[in-house]
Amino acid sequence: MISILKNYKWQYWLMTFVMAVVIFFRVELDLALPEYMSEIISLITIPGSTMSQVWSVGLKMVGISFASLLCTGVATFLSARIASGFGAILRKKVFDKVESFSLEEINKFSTASLITRCTNDVQQIVMFISIGLRLLIAAPITVVGAVIKIVGKSNELTTITMVGVAIIVLFVVGLTMIVLPKFKAIQKLTDNINNVTRENLTGIRVVRAYNAEAFQEDKFDQVNTQITKTHLFVNRVMSLMGPVMQIVMNGLSLSITWVGALLINANKLSLPVMMSFNMYSMQVVMSFMMLIMVFIFLPRATVSAKRINEVITTQNSICNPQNPVSAQDKTGVVEFKNVSFKYADADECMLKDISFVANQGETVAIIGSTGSGKSSLLSLIPRFYDVSEGQVLVNGIDVKEQNLADLREKIGYVPQKAILFSGTIESNLRFGKEDATRQEMQKAVDIAQASNIIEAKGFTGNVAQGGQNLSGGQKQRMSIARAITKQPQIYLFDDSFSALDYKTDKLLRQALNKEVSDATKIIVAQRIGTIKNADKILVLDKGQMVGNGTHEQLMQSCEVYREIAYSQLNKEELE
Amino acid sequence: MARQNQMHKSLPKAQNFGKSLGKLLAFIKPYLFATIVALLFAVASTVFNIISPDLIGQITTVITEGLFLPTGIDLDKIAKIAITLVVMYGCCAVFGYVQGWIMTTVTQKACNKLRTQISQKINRLPLRYFDTRNVGDVLSRVTNDVDTIGQTLNQSLSQMVTSVTMLIGLLIMMFATSWQLALVAVATVPLSMVLMLLIVGVSQKHFKAMQKNLGNINGHIEEAFSNHTIIKAFNAEQKMTVKFDEYNEILKQSGWKAQFLSGLMQPLMAFVGNLGFVGVCLVGGIIAIQKGNVGFIGVIASFMIYIRQFGQPLGQVGQIANTLQSTAAAAERVFEFLESDEMPDESQIETKLENVKGDIEFKDVYFGYNQEKVVIKGFSAKIKAGQTVAIVGPTGAGKTTLVNLLMKFYQVNSGDILIDGNSINNLTRTNVHDLFGMVLQDTWLFEGTIRDNVVYGKKDITDETLWRVLRATGMEHYVRTLPKGLDTILDDKTSISQGQRQLLTIARAMIENAPMIILDEATSSVDTRTELLIQKAMDKLTEGRTSFIIAHRLSTIKNADVILVMKDGNIVEQGKHNQLIQQGGFYAELYNSQFENDEE
Repeated sequence: MISILKNYKWQYWLMTFVMAVVIFFRVELDLALPEYMSEIISLITIPGSTMSQVWSVGLKMVGISFASLLCTGVATFLSARIASGFGAILRKKVFDKVESFSLEEINKFSTASLITRCTNDVQQIVMFISIGLRLLIAAPITVVGAVIKIVGKSNELTTITMVGVAIIVLFVVGLTMIVLPKFKAIQKLTDNINNVTRENLTGIRVVRAYNAEAFQEDKFDQVNTQITKTHLFVNRVMSLMGPVMQIVMNGLSLSITWVGALLINANKLSLPVMMSFNMYSMQVVMSFMMLIMVFIFLPRATVSAKRINEVITTQNSICNPQNPVSAQDKTGVVEFKNVSFKYADADECMLKDISFVANQGETVAIIGSTGSGKSSLLSLIPRFYDVSEGQVLVNGIDVKEQNLADLREKIGYVPQKAILFSGTIESNLRFGKEDATRQEMQKAVDIAQASNIIEAKGFTGNVAQGGQNLSGGQKQRMSIARAITKQPQIYLFDDSFSALDYKTDKLLRQALNKEVSDATKIIVAQRIGTIKNADKILVLDKGQMVGNGTHEQLMQSCEVYREIAYSQLNKEELE
Repeated sequence: MARQNQMHKSLPKAQNFGKSLGKLLAFIKPYLFATIVALLFAVASTVFNIISPDLIGQITTVITEGLFLPTGIDLDKIAKIAITLVVMYGCCAVFGYVQGWIMTTVTQKACNKLRTQISQKINRLPLRYFDTRNVGDVLSRVTNDVDTIGQTLNQSLSQMVTSVTMLIGLLIMMFATSWQLALVAVATVPLSMVLMLLIVGVSQKHFKAMQKNLGNINGHIEEAFSNHTIIKAFNAEQKMTVKFDEYNEILKQSGWKAQFLSGLMQPLMAFVGNLGFVGVCLVGGIIAIQKGNVGFIGVIASFMIYIRQFGQPLGQVGQIANTLQSTAAAAERVFEFLESDEMPDESQIETKLENVKGDIEFKDVYFGYNQEKVVIKGFSAKIKAGQTVAIVGPTGAGKTTLVNLLMKFYQVNSGDILIDGNSINNLTRTNVHDLFGMVLQDTWLFEGTIRDNVVYGKKDITDETLWRVLRATGMEHYVRTLPKGLDTILDDKTSISQGQRQLLTIARAMIENAPMIILDEATSSVDTRTELLIQKAMDKLTEGRTSFIIAHRLSTIKNADVILVMKDGNIVEQGKHNQLIQQGGFYAELYNSQFENDEE
């Protein structure tokens, strides 16, 4: 929690200070009220007091109440400003940091977790500051102020008050300790309920096909019983809170009055002092309760702060080189020199000793079973990850020595899963090239076989988040068109054609070969039909390159390739 | 704090507030007696709470009187009152706790029942229901909505009763003690009401804006983070950041306004409370002086407590309204689910088909997922026992539709499907399901032991049978090597490949040993070798059974007895491979485009 305050700018420190001052005044004003009350009471008990005296004291009290309201208003204003301002700063920090992350860092945290950190966790801190900060400042001041007022007036009554406070603090702390672990358990059990239900829903066809409804319901009953038991326990314990608080407060008030009576009788105390004492001791108890509340909420905010900090302080593994080199003479040449690659936490290499060259205008295909490292290989080219050994060269220069933006400028990447952004068709196409003209876009769309989408929606047609208003095939074609619009030197297709039907797949590849013949195309594929005519086919098996050649060559020489081919096509068709 | 927390959440509004709450109350009717007892306890506890300030006041009066008496303060009298108070406080706490205990129990029991009913309801709803809704929606009803009910029902019911009791009781006590001071106290009510409405009105607007902006920025963050690769590849970080900054600034503005205004509520209420407090002191003081009645100080003392208590129910009114609002919204969603139309009742169906051969006939079947759009138009086919039917077509052509109809997951619009000459309309769903084994492409396993997953609800399956089936699917070795063997629990941590999962689901179908089988061939999600294993297991499974295969593999398609070609939901062609190629229709086109050379 503390370390996150480093992001607190000086304006906020200043505002916090002003807030503390204002709160101090407010507390002083609030604490003054009981004194005036005892003054009125004294006036009544002293014979001969006049009405005007009472009035003047009363008006002072109204004035004080109003001043106190003003102070609170200012404090609330400041805390709201601080909370939302600080929240904006944190959110921005996390967002910027994540934008600078490489895939390695993203994988380390997982995307879902990063999203929660940038949204919920930040919001937790905002909430804590907007409510907790004020209480955190006000409570100690009130306690100190009230204690100063009562200390020395009556030791006996002070002792009683302290006992009351002690009981409440002990009680709340004890209760929290009993209940807190159970709260965590409830979280877990809720997950269980979710899991069992999700299971039932996602497998609903299977559940019904096997007539296993009763089996599932039994499972649900078990978790349901568990969670109900835990809920019952927690809530029954928590039900103690209200009544116990009340009895302590009431008991305190009664004790002060009762003992007060004895003291007054012994001439050790006056009635007005006793009455104001009663009020001050309530203030003290209330302040402690507020502090306790803050401390109950604190752990949650601390967890959030920790999670935010983890993101902000992460070292980026991939950065721009100090002195970037750029080469102009070669265009679209990709070379792998003895490349090995291992994911950060993995024991085994994903890729081992891969070497090949893709020259300008060539089509290089990569094929292999799932998990053989095809996509990993592709992601080394735009430097999404850094190689563990060897070198990846683009246009003759190691990617590590190139400016990241320049490097990626040369590359048109089409991922396995088509991703579109909310906006318009046009804004999506222009994603990599801000100034693309309608003509350029139209051409890209034609090559990608996506003209019918434009015909249906127009360039200004709306695209929902994640492209949900388009079908899978449409998204894939849009995603390809987006890469073409960029007019890159190198195309990377990561299994981008499998969502298309065979016919579209074929037309698209024909158009690509014709229209962007001078660009290098590296294609990861599953279907032999898609890559049969590539200039070069790399066959990967468990991270190793077991074949490199044309279809015909590989059919002769490469066992793995043949195996894949036969599982898809008939012998006659392959010859 | 609690109230502010609540206000920060977006408050979902119930479409029909009263009706939903009514249903919820009807639901807890079995616990009506307990609830009434609890509420009576709440009333009793509140009454004690109200009477006690008067007694405190009496003590003060005794003290004041004592000041002017030569005998001093009547300590005995004070002790008597004090002991009465101690007893009352004790009762008050006990009653309060008993009330809380009963209400907690009632609420949690009701929640338990709601959850169970939802879980059972899931299995009684037609599949159609789930096609139009996502899993998350149903899930949030089971957890979030029921939780909301659990948290708020308890609170709002007892709070409502205590608040009303308190308000009435306090008014009676105050007027009985001193009507003048009571009037002062009551005068603060309209003031606080007006202030509250004013603030709520303005802050609600900002809250909505804040919620909306929060939604916007969260959406943007989600989009940016989950599409990180693309943003990097297209150098679009700057673009995303600019948009983010815009959202962030707007959120900051609406955020502080909403927080400020809602934060003002409590101090304003406190101010009104203070005003009442001052008013009581002032008016009380004046009356005391005018009447020369020093004993009036006791009255003032009790009023100071009354005023403090009076603020409570007033402040709570708004809170209870909010809470009830979210209770109603949650209840509405839960009951909407519980009241959805279920699958047709089948209790009158008496025929039970057993030992079938496996002849299947489609007779002029018409079907559409909704009434407006009929996709299968007049499909007829006769499949003899033991034949293999391949269902082919491009992605999204509706290949699972046939499965849905065969399994009676959906009802045909018109026409009929006959098993051994019996219409499936005359068979129960359970009966139909028993006749089919099924293996789907999304290999569904649940968190549980391997044994449970494979046996899945079947009774009297010996370990021997289990091992035999695992051997047949090539899974025996894998399971034997696991330290816990058949009792290994499958969860996120188990390292089991996609292919092995598929093999387990095939084993499951083998255990079921149904006369007919439905298979969805795995496509590219497994490597070639595992694929061969799966293929072998599937071949074993389909041996001698009428099988429907959603086919991707050429050999399956070519060897099938009947190929059903699907396009846009409809069956456009049927026949054998060579027949269809000769026809030169959609199948031929599909087939050729896959294997034709690129160069023309």
